[in-house]
Amino acid sequence: MGKLLQNKKAIFLFMAPAVLFFAVIVVAPVFLSGYYSLLEWDGMGEKIFVGFDNYARLFTDSGDKFLLALKNSLMIAVFSLLIQLPMGMLFAIILSNGVRGERFFITIFFIPVIISTVAIGQLWGKIYHPDYGLLNTLLRNVGFDRLTRAWLGDKETVLAAVITPIIWQYIGYYMLLFYSSIKSVSADLFDAAKIDGASRIQTAFRITIPLIKPMIKTCLIFSLVGSFKTYDMVCVLTDGGPAHASEVPTTLMVWTIFKRNQYGYGSAMAVIIVLICFSLYLLVQKFFKADNE
Amino acid sequence: MERRSDRRWILQIVLMVWAVIQLFPLYWLFAFSLKSNEEIFGENIIGLPHQFLWKNYETAIIGANIGRFFINSVIVVGCTVILTSIISLFASYALCRMRWKLSKVFLGLLMIGLMIPMHAALLPVMLMLKHMNLLGGYLSLIIPYTAFAIPMTLLIFIGFLSGIPVELEEAACIDGCNIYQMVFKVIFPLMKPAVATAGIFTFVNCWNELMFANTFVNSTEYKTLTTGIQTLAGQYNTTWGPIGAALVLATFPTIMIYILLAKQVQKSLVLGAVKG
Repeated sequence: MGKLLQNKKAIFLFMAPAVLFFAVIVVAPVFLSGYYSLLEWDGMGEKIFVGFDNYARLFTDSGDKFLLALKNSLMIAVFSLLIQLPMGMLFAIILSNGVRGERFFITIFFIPVIISTVAIGQLWGKIYHPDYGLLNTLLRNVGFDRLTRAWLGDKETVLAAVITPIIWQYIGYYMLLFYSSIKSVSADLFDAAKIDGASRIQTAFRITIPLIKPMIKTCLIFSLVGSFKTYDMVCVLTDGGPAHASEVPTTLMVWTIFKRNQYGYGSAMAVIIVLICFSLYLLVQKFFKADNE
Repeated sequence: MERRSDRRWILQIVLMVWAVIQLFPLYWLFAFSLKSNEEIFGENIIGLPHQFLWKNYETAIIGANIGRFFINSVIVVGCTVILTSIISLFASYALCRMRWKLSKVFLGLLMIGLMIPMHAALLPVMLMLKHMNLLGGYLSLIIPYTAFAIPMTLLIFIGFLSGIPVELEEAACIDGCNIYQMVFKVIFPLMKPAVATAGIFTFVNCWNELMFANTFVNSTEYKTLTTGIQTLAGQYNTTWGPIGAALVLATFPTIMIYILLAKQVQKSLVLGAVKG
């Protein structure tokens, strides 16, 4: 048996395809992006080495909107922390407490998660339509004509209009994650709390939430990192417009690379996105570690 | 006692209201996919259609190529799921059971790989595909989708594999199986549940993927549903019926799979998150 498991040729054959795919398509591009980010290059002409100029430009050239894009992502992160996670938690706690139709509600609440963001985005685009959209029609019917507007065409409202469906779509996801984590906690603990006369709210804050801390950590990482990786919903609803008001780093990156043909500058954005994702991951890990000590 | 049951009712009503909020957009979509412009834009905005206009579906499938995009999505996602499963089955066995020096290092690298966002790879992968003359075809999506699905699939497989007792393999070894026979005849059949779990995860992610699909494929011949719908929405922005029909068709498979296998799908996505 031992000899069988040390078969070098078999190990090589088994690992080679996975390693090849992973190294070429996932790992190498990160380094390549790092390299491209030091160049001024339009994809066809000469590659000119410019050092860290692209990075300096990201944070100083306000006409290029990268800082605005970061700020927009930050807003998504903030709303996701303030609304998405708490609502997911609330539903998870209510549903895990044993209400009628528990499975039914879980199933329904999760539906938006599995539907493609493109479909959901198209649908919300129709909800926001200035002339025929549900939202404006509703406002007109209840006499608030003054409030109707082109929600996605107005610089003032576009960000809120884009964030709403992003938040809405994934509440069910966090609910399910919290729910499955609560369900894996031994029921004895909740019974004991009940016997001791703890109210539902006390039970939630003193028992449920501390016990599912690892899942809270996972969800925090997901929602923070996810906010800075947002692409689909913005691409479908506004593609960053009007006049870049709803731009996020990923849409700006795609636009810079494919519309402006600034490969080096776009790659610098890609590198910053990776760095932000890794730092947020480490930050949350560290925060929870400190909390445990 | 009475107060308690009052509170129960309030909770129940809150849950019902939220369920309606979650489902209403889908209902509205289904309703307007069967309506004419006159109904959508004026007389009957949220009701069921007065006249069921199935012609919208005909327009979407034939006139707007949704049928073609649908088949493309099935081909791309199908190949990705199969390829990812096969590659990961072998690698997970090597990583979990076989004895070699660098196995821990590889595992660590894969974990880091889970955190690399696809966005970082967009331009380099596009240039690679261009050099290999693959840009624009099915492979230009299958290759990157597979590569990015491998780390998660591997983790799910390894988790499952470490729960399978070694005795079965020992018995097979005594019966004179070589390593290849053992993997094919003993291990793979046992891994079916893990393949289903990981497969659903990969399916949902790839079926809905937009960024790579949008930038790597331009021709109608190879476009997948996500980009197809984007194009369609541009073409038909004044007639909503066919767009609605296309959206219903695009979401139909994931919803069907979800309704049939709700628990399994939920398990896949939870596991995907926890491992990540």
